Amino acid sequence: MPSFVINAKCDGCKGQDKTACMYICPNNLMKLDKERMKGFNQEPEQCWECYSCVKICPQQAIEVRAYADIVPMGGAVIPLRGSDSIMWTIKFRNGEVKRFKFPIRTTAEGSIDPYAGKPAADMSKLSEPGFFNSTGPVRTMK
Amino acid sequence: MGSFGNPDIVEMQSDILIIGGGMAACGCAFELMRWLPEGVTVRLVDKAAMERSGAVAQGLSAINTYLGEQDPADYVRMVSNDLMGIVRDDLIYDVGRHVDNSVELFEEWGLPIWKQPGDEEKTLKQGGKPVRSGKWQIMINGESYKTIVAEAAKKALGMDRIQERIFIVKLLLDAKESNRIAGAVGFSNREDKIYVYKASAILCVAGGAVNVFRPRSVGEGMGRTWYPVWNSGSTYAMVAQVGGELTMMENRFVPARFKDGYGPVGAWFLLFKAKATNVKGEVYMETNAEMLKDYPPYGLAKVPATCLRNHLMMKEMREGRGPIYMRTDTALQALAKSYEDEFGPKEAKKKIKHLEAEAWEDFLDMCIGQAGVWAGENIEPEKVPSELMPTEPYFLGSHSGCCGIWTTGPSDLAPPEWQWGDNPPEAGKDPAPGQKNYNRMTTVKGLFTAGDGVGASGHKFSSGSHAEGRIAAKAMLAWVMDHKGFQPTLSKTPQQLAEEIYMPVRNWMEHKDYSTMAEVNPHLITPKMLQMRLQKIMDEYVAGVGTMYVTNEQMMEIAVKKLTELKKDSAKMMARDLHELMRAWENFHRIYAGEAHLRHMLFRKETRYPGFYYNMTYNFVDEKNWKCFVNSKINPETGEWVAFKRAHKDLVTKP
Ligand SMILES: Cc1cc2nc3c(=O)[nH]c(=O)nc-3n(C[C@H](O)[C@H](O)[C@H](O)COP(=O)(O)OP(=O)(O)OC[C@H]3O[C@@H](n4cnc5c(N)ncnc54)[C@H](O)[C@@H]3O)c2cc1C
Ligand code: SF4
Ligand code: SF4
Repeated sequence: MPSFVINAKCDGCKGQDKTACMYICPNNLMKLDKERMKGFNQEPEQCWECYSCVKICPQQAIEVRAYADIVPMGGAVIPLRGSDSIMWTIKFRNGEVKRFKFPIRTTAEGSIDPYAGKPAADMSKLSEPGFFNSTGPVRTMK
Repeated sequence: MGSFGNPDIVEMQSDILIIGGGMAACGCAFELMRWLPEGVTVRLVDKAAMERSGAVAQGLSAINTYLGEQDPADYVRMVSNDLMGIVRDDLIYDVGRHVDNSVELFEEWGLPIWKQPGDEEKTLKQGGKPVRSGKWQIMINGESYKTIVAEAAKKALGMDRIQERIFIVKLLLDAKESNRIAGAVGFSNREDKIYVYKASAILCVAGGAVNVFRPRSVGEGMGRTWYPVWNSGSTYAMVAQVGGELTMMENRFVPARFKDGYGPVGAWFLLFKAKATNVKGEVYMETNAEMLKDYPPYGLAKVPATCLRNHLMMKEMREGRGPIYMRTDTALQALAKSYEDEFGPKEAKKKIKHLEAEAWEDFLDMCIGQAGVWAGENIEPEKVPSELMPTEPYFLGSHSGCCGIWTTGPSDLAPPEWQWGDNPPEAGKDPAPGQKNYNRMTTVKGLFTAGDGVGASGHKFSSGSHAEGRIAAKAMLAWVMDHKGFQPTLSKTPQQLAEEIYMPVRNWMEHKDYSTMAEVNPHLITPKMLQMRLQKIMDEYVAGVGTMYVTNEQMMEIAVKKLTELKKDSAKMMARDLHELMRAWENFHRIYAGEAHLRHMLFRKETRYPGFYYNMTYNFVDEKNWKCFVNSKINPETGEWVAFKRAHKDLVTKP
């Protein structure tokens, strides 16, 4: 059930040496055809349909066509991922359409400051149970 | 600049090396960097981009381990029962008492966690009550779960300590000190570069294994396995190859999921109270309830072990009473009715709409493919039921499975035989007493694991894997500081290592012109065909879907012979580019993971997990002789396997 790139929409990420889809695919599937300057899925039968590439593509050029050997054609599941929520459009084979919107994040992207306001680690406790930010003693079996 | 077939070799050294960028690796990075003293160096390598790597890449709709007020000892009891009694209570308790800390951090970093009405504005830390879909699970809006957790880890480490798109092929033992980790070697799947890493401590957390067995989907849909296609058993294979002891590799996970898309069923059962029925509409968990009595105490618990629930379902399928349906229709209609009775038609309509969105979100957050199947098949869950199907088998140690690596436990909980440091135990023997213990260390000195890597300790899930990575981080740092003088020495030169890794490339270059259709060539096998051969062997002889999970001793002995030949032929694998080179080494790892599974199944003379597999030569649970760990180990010099028993011990009282 592979991802595919729509020819008319992909701009090859404007000729940068690393495209957004190449950067993100956890299975190393997306590749840039340098002659055509278009992204493509080099091994469609190894696509997990995780939609990471679909969500990240700045041109919304990537969609997923459910696996031809199993699913009747004509349906589509299309996300539009914003900074705090994601919109899903589900098109059924029979033409019915459903839309859903879900929150994805309560903080701004890139805003995490991992140790802000956190205690320093107490080296004398390195070999004891608990984390650097644990408060109070960690439970133990009675 | 390197070129294909003539790669640059880059040597790197750090005190600590983290292999993998998933939940466990991110936890490790976050905890470690807060403790890290001046002068101690760290590096993390991931085959993909941390932002979306590992099993959480597409997100999750629930955090499956959050204890809240509950007692970690009860959590141990649940895990133990679900895994048919043979687990390490010390490791599970340790996860249970640490895990909430990680979940609270996720929320702080921006992960939306569902709250009970009235508590929406309160965080978990402030006492906000989560919406539970089960006793231990909490619901989230988890599309960006991995993105958030990875952001914190990346910030903690700093990008200059991180390398993405490096596939680690092998761990390396020290040349001077026996059974001591010294490094790892891998290659970039984007540039012609081989990386040779030296380290004093390594955390090997490269996830579990998929596609060792032939998947149900065989065409374009082959990538639609339940477990993410990119984790290929590297953790188990690499640790086993350097002589690390494995445990419970006979355990596999066969989830029953929505057919074809493998969408999650947990929320349907737990949140929407749906029932699964056979073709006649009978609830097989009720009509087959007697069968549970064959497996006391595991079948008698309020929630019977996962494999036994499969066992009851498979009886229906074998006897021709399939398909098995999840009654999404009746469940949603019943909920709608109860809303109408309680709130009146107007309010009920709103609630039902919300419910429908929740049902779809469960897929869209973590298994979008299932939404695609429903869209293509015009399935509206409120109107028609959907088929369920058990998947092909997978290996993992953090979900509802417990295969993995034998490690130390926490010093305050583990009995002496589960603690060691400078003198790890030999096969089947207890460790020498009086050693300083390092939590989550394997039987190879300086080599640690967590998450899917740690065996006999399932049900950690995403949050527990993160917490376990943090636990391991502290122990690794203690190890490094206690072994400051250690200088890792490799027994092979970087050039020799590079040649080994590039063997499939050399094979290709040497033989590609022999036949007019290079792939059909007596000197070469494509990684894809090798994978299919492995899958055929595992499926047909080692209880895959093709035999409805059934095997016997003779069939497994045939499989050992076939795998031995396959291993020899793996030296003929070819790689036409870096992507295929990665596929070649993934399959090499798959073979080892599969072989470990097979050898453990052969050694255990019983069927411990009916519903996951049946060894018909011994189709029973034998509590008297086999309530023990089965462990195994490869001799790193000769490649020989030995399997042996280790005694089981209950640390928490069980029913
Ligand atoms: C389908 C599915 C659904 C799940 N649902 C839930 C849920 O609802 N709630 C929940 O709490 N948990 C859930 N889990 C469990 C959770 O995802 C895992 O417990 C967790 O991700 C395990 O963490 P890990 O770090 O061990 O492995 P992973 O997170 O999988 O990370 C493995 C890492 O290793 C890297 N890697 C692999 N091989 C190599 C190599 N050779 N060299 C370098 N890097 C490598 C990968 O790129 C990845 O970064 C689910 C798991 C699956 C598979
Ligand atoms: S991310 Fe989108 S625009 Fe960029 S190369 Fe890939 S498909 Fe084309
Ligand atoms: S859907 Fe996922 S696996 Fe498939 S190409 Fe896109 S990122 Fe890769």
